[in-house]
Amino acid sequence: MTALEIGAATDDGALAIRVANVEVVLRASGALWLAQQRMLVVADLHLEKGSAYAARGQLLPPYDTRETLDRLEREVAALAPRTVVLLGDTLHDREAESRIALTERTRIAALAECLRLIWICGNHDPDGAGELGGETATVVEVAGLTLRHDPSPYPVVGEVAGHLHPCIRIHGPAGGVRRRCFASDGQRLILPAFGAYAGGLNLRDAAFTSLFDPAPIGFGLGRRVTPVAYEHLRPDRAALAR
Amino acid sequence: MDLSANASNLLPPRFRDWFVERGWSARAHQRAMIEKANAGADVLLVAPTGGGKTLAGFLPSLIDLAERGPRNGPKSLHTLYISPLKALAVDVERNLLTPVREMDLPIVVESRTGDTGQARRQRQKNLPPDILLTTPEQLALFCAWEGARDYFENLRCVVIDEIHAIHGSKRGDLLSLGLARLRSFAPHLRCVGLSATVDDPAGVRRWLSDKGDDIVLGQPGAPPQLEVLLSENRVPWAGHTAKHAMAEVYETIKTARTTLVFVNTRWQAEFAFQELWRLNDDNLPIALHHGSLSAEQRRRVEAAMARDELRAVVCTSTLDLGIDWGSVDLVIQLAAPKGSSRLVQRIGRANHRLDEASRAVLVPASRFEMLECQAAVEAVAENALDGDPPRTGARDVLAQHIMGCACSEPFDLQALYAEVTRAAPYADLTWEAYEQVVDFVSTGGYALRTYDRFRRLIRGSDGLWRVRTEEMARRHRMNVGVIVTAQTLNIRLPGRRGSGRKIGQAEETYFEQLSPGDSFLFAGQVWRFEGVEGSDAIVTHSTDTEPKVPSWGGAKFPLSTYLAKRVRRMMSDETTWSRLPPDVCEWLFAQKEHSSLPGEDDLLIETFSRGKRHFMVCYPFEGRLAHATLAMLVTRRLDRAGVGPIGYLANDYALCVWAMRPMDGLDFDALFQQDMLGDDLEAWLDESFMMKRAFKECALIAGLIERRMPGHEKNSRQVTFSADLIYDTLRRHDPEHLLLSCAREDAARGLLDVARLGDLLTRISGRIRVQRLAHLSPFAVPLLMEIGKERAPGTSAADMMLEDAALIDEAMS
Repeated sequence: MTALEIGAATDDGALAIRVANVEVVLRASGALWLAQQRMLVVADLHLEKGSAYAARGQLLPPYDTRETLDRLEREVAALAPRTVVLLGDTLHDREAESRIALTERTRIAALAECLRLIWICGNHDPDGAGELGGETATVVEVAGLTLRHDPSPYPVVGEVAGHLHPCIRIHGPAGGVRRRCFASDGQRLILPAFGAYAGGLNLRDAAFTSLFDPAPIGFGLGRRVTPVAYEHLRPDRAALAR
Repeated sequence: MDLSANASNLLPPRFRDWFVERGWSARAHQRAMIEKANAGADVLLVAPTGGGKTLAGFLPSLIDLAERGPRNGPKSLHTLYISPLKALAVDVERNLLTPVREMDLPIVVESRTGDTGQARRQRQKNLPPDILLTTPEQLALFCAWEGARDYFENLRCVVIDEIHAIHGSKRGDLLSLGLARLRSFAPHLRCVGLSATVDDPAGVRRWLSDKGDDIVLGQPGAPPQLEVLLSENRVPWAGHTAKHAMAEVYETIKTARTTLVFVNTRWQAEFAFQELWRLNDDNLPIALHHGSLSAEQRRRVEAAMARDELRAVVCTSTLDLGIDWGSVDLVIQLAAPKGSSRLVQRIGRANHRLDEASRAVLVPASRFEMLECQAAVEAVAENALDGDPPRTGARDVLAQHIMGCACSEPFDLQALYAEVTRAAPYADLTWEAYEQVVDFVSTGGYALRTYDRFRRLIRGSDGLWRVRTEEMARRHRMNVGVIVTAQTLNIRLPGRRGSGRKIGQAEETYFEQLSPGDSFLFAGQVWRFEGVEGSDAIVTHSTDTEPKVPSWGGAKFPLSTYLAKRVRRMMSDETTWSRLPPDVCEWLFAQKEHSSLPGEDDLLIETFSRGKRHFMVCYPFEGRLAHATLAMLVTRRLDRAGVGPIGYLANDYALCVWAMRPMDGLDFDALFQQDMLGDDLEAWLDESFMMKRAFKECALIAGLIERRMPGHEKNSRQVTFSADLIYDTLRRHDPEHLLLSCAREDAARGLLDVARLGDLLTRISGRIRVQRLAHLSPFAVPLLMEIGKERAPGTSAADMMLEDAALIDEAMS
């Protein structure tokens, strides 16, 4: 098994790595950039998560969709992609579409107008784009990579998935830091959640162990993307399955 | 003391006989409490411990209940007793049962805490006792019950114990709102507060009730015998452990029957406990008590104490309040007490007989602490106590209370406003502010009005507001209370299968500073940290004798304003120095000669260089929190001034900033202008982790985020959300939101001490004295020692001592 190849960080904090021999760029925003194809990939937007909680009586601030689209539009403005792939769980639940405010619907429609917008179905949003604009797919094959929502449950080569919301936790003299992260062993890649309210699952959690061989590197998000070796990662107190 | 004619009229025959049988007579304040009760007055009783305070609080209720006629109709609650401590509620139940049994009174007394079983709770609801002993959290839960109004309809009396320990906090806000609610249920209710000596009884009295000023003062105890321990060894320049004086502490313990050794932090407790056992050739039974030890372990120590089997307990503020132990005859305060009121409270734990003096010894851990201890002793001798400034009620707490009211019964908006503003902390709440909180409870209170269909409160056609679904009410009741505890890990031994015996618990942040293999001190033993597994920190027995004790974190409480002023006064008055040990005197004189001494109302600033670093040290003596905030704000300004600040450090007495370029040419008056509390503070605060911490607490209390329920947090972390994500989004899209403003207030008040910093900047304006020195001053030595320790974790103890010695030479030569 070849070691993971990591390039130098760019000025905007992004980091190029090779996954199954394909060069990809990990953006500090948590998006994936395939420069040759001019394709931007984002996972787990969970739009309308706030209103989903509100409907059940917990009135979280109703700004998550707006905030998540702000982030996505910033990446689109910076990179001018031809295609944007939404890697599943773009909507938090099946009723989310009916709760999206008109302003935000218009913003999504505008994206679908000016570029190719592909919705990969996730477990939260099996219907894909619905009426919001854009195409719906279950898998996208590009440049030898397979883009899908759910990671295959065993080590595979060339798969890019989301669903698990990986994050890392490290401890230093100033205490602990918990950050969203990309996870890769050089063969496959799991994207962090892009949505404003999406939680994270610690990369040391049992859910990740069967997916990677060797153990993955966590690429923590911050001002720049920072690779951290698996042995330096700390579990969450509650995340380890007993 | 003979029973006066007056008293015999006050006490019914069987009470009189009971007092006589016991060889007692009713004390003046006990009689006064009966008279006040007969007049229907709310009253605050201020008395030192050992004065029969609890009995005084209950006597009117016992008499009323004993003398009532045979009861017809359903039972109802007569007296509600509220204590900040569960253990105290249970202990008072035991103590109250004695007179009830001995006089054979037809009175049912029960306690109810978080530990009370479900069956008993249900019975208490259906068949109320005459007297119920409980905690503020249980009262809040009662208030959120359906049927609360009927339950408390015939309540005659509320007794709040240890009121001084609760009134100036969010817990106090919630209790105050609960009291206002009880008053509207039962308009003839009498409220009784029991308090230890406080600096401002009238303020506590106003908190208790909006009626006239009824205060009963108990007979003061004999003045305490208080001394500062002067060690044979030199007083250390810096540090918090008082290790230099431990042998003398041990000898002092031997002179007493039972000693409480108070320290300020858990880790100091662990350290002192270990040091004392190292010296314990006589095998004295010395125990340890702090909040991280497992509950069983603490109960064991308390029980041994009650059986009079211990000679000493090393403890933290966990034993500031609580059950009276008759045998304690000495209190030792290890490291400075930080405030005279806290010291008085602790001294009061020794000797519960009024006529005998309490004995207490203060053990300063460093030179600045020596000054502080001396100031504290003088303050106590003059009975000068420091107090908290009056607070306005927190709106996150109000939000919780309003939701609770709605869970109990539909409410009228105007009527609830009238009720809430009868609670002292909310007396000045405007209608607009109230409406904003109600709107938050109902819709989340967002500028973007999209949640109207998800309202938690709805207004019915009768004009009343009610909670929308029973499910929401149920969830609210599970989240009542304002105590937000830090995430903790259980400390466990490894077991054969999974983890083994639980030794205690500690904050998760503590273990973040440890690496597997590190040794640390806990529950009086040295352990090896193996790692974190789930919610457990796994440890094994260690053979290390010298544990790695990570960051003591200094003292938990900042130096009180009042004591700070006394310390400054003492320094500026040479005639008082004779009371200090010679090495401390020598240090003060050296400071006077090499630099100068801080005055009572000015600010001394020193600048000097060492190696490639340039230092600025200020000595405001205003407490750690205000200093840390000041250091942070000054550092921002220094950065803009182009001197390249590298770091800062703040303790209770001083703050120090170091930079790449010299700072002696700066305009210090401009640097310390009060306007730093404007934009600079706002800008920094919004980004700071303290704001996030404050926000999370407010969000939990106000019900935006639900507390995690045990067993609820195991799987699927990715479908939950974090308070930090909510905070970031809210700040960007709704910066004026109620909870952000609550969090800013809390951070400014509790974590940053902004009010005190404001007072400081006013005090020193135009009174800054700058000493531009060739090298560091004697006063700067303790700070530079602390910096050295923080910056070089790998340095060996021997190297550290060498470096410290070099610093002292440099300063004193």
